[in-house]
Amino acid sequence: VSVTAPPTTLPRLLAGMSGSGPLPLTRHLEIHGPLPAFARRRGDSALALVNELERSGLRGRGGAAFPTATKVTAVAAARGRAIVVANGCEGEPVSLKDRLLLERLPHLVIDGALVAAHAVGAADILLTVDESATRAVHATDGALRERLELTRGGPHIQLVTVPSGYVTGQESAILNFLGGGPAKPMAMPTPIYQRGLKGRPTLVSNAETLAHIALIARHGGAWFRALGADSAPGSMLVTMGGAVGYPGVFEIETGTHLDSLIHAAGGPTQELQAFLIGGYAGTWVSADLGSGLALSPEGLYEAGASLGSGVVFALPQSACAVSEVAFVARWLSDQSAGQCGPCVHGLGAVASALEQVRGGTAGEGALAHIDRWASLASGRGACTHPDGAARFIVSATRVFAAELADHARRGPCSGCLQQQHLPTSRSPTRRAA
Amino acid sequence: MSRLRVNWIACEAHGMCAELLPERITLDDWGYPIIDERPIPPELEAHARRAVEACPTFALALEKGRAR
Repeated sequence: VSVTAPPTTLPRLLAGMSGSGPLPLTRHLEIHGPLPAFARRRGDSALALVNELERSGLRGRGGAAFPTATKVTAVAAARGRAIVVANGCEGEPVSLKDRLLLERLPHLVIDGALVAAHAVGAADILLTVDESATRAVHATDGALRERLELTRGGPHIQLVTVPSGYVTGQESAILNFLGGGPAKPMAMPTPIYQRGLKGRPTLVSNAETLAHIALIARHGGAWFRALGADSAPGSMLVTMGGAVGYPGVFEIETGTHLDSLIHAAGGPTQELQAFLIGGYAGTWVSADLGSGLALSPEGLYEAGASLGSGVVFALPQSACAVSEVAFVARWLSDQSAGQCGPCVHGLGAVASALEQVRGGTAGEGALAHIDRWASLASGRGACTHPDGAARFIVSATRVFAAELADHARRGPCSGCLQQQHLPTSRSPTRRAA
Repeated sequence: MSRLRVNWIACEAHGMCAELLPERITLDDWGYPIIDERPIPPELEAHARRAVEACPTFALALEKGRAR
């Protein structure tokens, strides 16, 4: 294995990705080098690792953007032997990044899980993957077999496939399932970092977060934050969808301007109407405002948005925003696990009202009801599904206020008959084995 | 000071809590509680405890100190 110099430019995570299959272990080691001894050895080195994570400024990439070092420190400090759960249950139809990592670069995620286990003193790692992501399941399984020798003596790693579903990716849903229950969110009386799986301190980390940890362990925290915005440094994976030349997953520096991302994705294929930033738990921003925004916490703050799970979707001017929002609102309501009243009733009522607005049959004040019901659903559930749905809906009522009012008055527009732009299920080709 | 916390999975919209603690709890269009997040002052503490005890599904809790 040749000594590998840390890359000074992008790509970082996506380095070496080519062809269509997973990157073999030998190539993975050629590109990134082996994990340094301090990231594997027992003892004081765990502290050194946490220090590097702290220095890196890495924030979780599953959507909540919580500082990784803080979470790791909390799990490490909690009473009892910790468990690491890698969250590869990406249920967001507009996000593809975690699936891509597991399909093509599974060794990076596994490395990160090993490093995280070392940092919190865990002897068990559970790698959870959406069961419908068959390629990701096979690639991860293959990668684990490839490194049987390498991981002997280290933490025990187990691959667990989890039923598909939008709310399945919520950490309490994964823990519920791993504990023998349904893959539905549950009330957690004690924080997961203290009492998660089997009552033990549990670190649940997103697949991309772990992949970054794998590189921070190798190259250090200072290297990591040499790229990107100060408040959320490093590179990030973005799923760029909609009316651009080459929709797909891109690795960018945080702080990159949205118009440069669109340029990298081949530019707009039509005049754009709006951007959805952060996926179906994210925020709508008008095209005028959006293209100048920097993809960093401060950059997006002024637009009331956040990076979320790294989704940017470009809605073309030709699309009917009211139809798109109504379809997704219904889908979000259908994705409710059906356990909490405010989510079941609130999101259901919002979806029905939006359908009536779209058809021009809504009564007086329907738009105000939509806003109020969605806002009220936020923060009133066992998981954050209603919060995300509320962000999507409330921001839509602001950005598409004129279109909504127009439909409420006059009924369907010509764009209503178009094929839906925003996906509400994954394409069949990706579901196939 | 204490704060109210709802187990949303357990809550079945009986609405007892809003009857007993209207200062902090109102109901939405479907009868589920809307909790005022401000801490419970000492003078409301007994009422809050009564609301917690009255919940038929044990969905309401009064948590000491700061939440989380």
